[in-house]
Amino acid sequence: MEKKPKVIKTRIQARPEQLKLLRGVVRDAVHMSGCSDKTVDRVVLAVNEAGMNIIQHAYKNNPEGEIILEIIDNDTELLFRVTDFAEPVDTKNIKPRSLDDVRPGGLGTHFINEIMDEVVYSVPKCGVGNQLVMKKTIKSD
Amino acid sequence: MTYKITQYAGYSVIHLEGDVDLSTSPNARKIILECIEAKNNVLVDLSGVDYIDSSGVASLVEGYQLAKSGNTEFGLVNVSQAALDVLQLARLDTVFPIHLSLDAVAKVAKEPG
Repeated sequence: MEKKPKVIKTRIQARPEQLKLLRGVVRDAVHMSGCSDKTVDRVVLAVNEAGMNIIQHAYKNNPEGEIILEIIDNDTELLFRVTDFAEPVDTKNIKPRSLDDVRPGGLGTHFINEIMDEVVYSVPKCGVGNQLVMKKTIKSD
Repeated sequence: MTYKITQYAGYSVIHLEGDVDLSTSPNARKIILECIEAKNNVLVDLSGVDYIDSSGVASLVEGYQLAKSGNTEFGLVNVSQAALDVLQLARLDTVFPIHLSLDAVAKVAKEPG
């Protein structure tokens, strides 16, 4: 019989101080999946950066916004679905900056792309907001 | 995040502790920039940093650039593994002067020429 994937769903307010809660949920889920400590740290960073981008760029620091994070662990791969209900963001504008250009900011998208195996931006099924789906293969080394 | 500032071998050493993230990095940025604006040579001690994200890294980059433009020194010291991993991901480990310890900084400062 096929094993059912483990699913964790959490909802936070789009406030900087709530990101620590988000990180805690991600850390526990990735750790329990069997990933190495280094991968745990990196995936926590990537999901945190996704949350930061929503707070700063989608909700434009409006603390009333909501962020939903779903983590799906199917034993070989972790899927992180991050949803917001802000005005749709033009995904063409989401691109990492060149690392040769040393300046503050613009690293979040680079971290996400570097850490995750697959990154897809879309519109949620409800037709409102933005959705980011990130996949990471589970490896213990 | 908590911080303290000490003086060591001609440097103001800013010891950051805890998480340097979107909620705390504005404070870290303010402390770092104020120290540099006061014409101090600055070292940021990251030994107590458990977590740093891109907003925290941006505060360090700003400090580095401000110090460079004002001809003061800026560097990192005692960088925790968690912080070093993030700096490596951003390929900033080759940009910032990174010192293994305060003793190592003092030794370099004492060397002639």
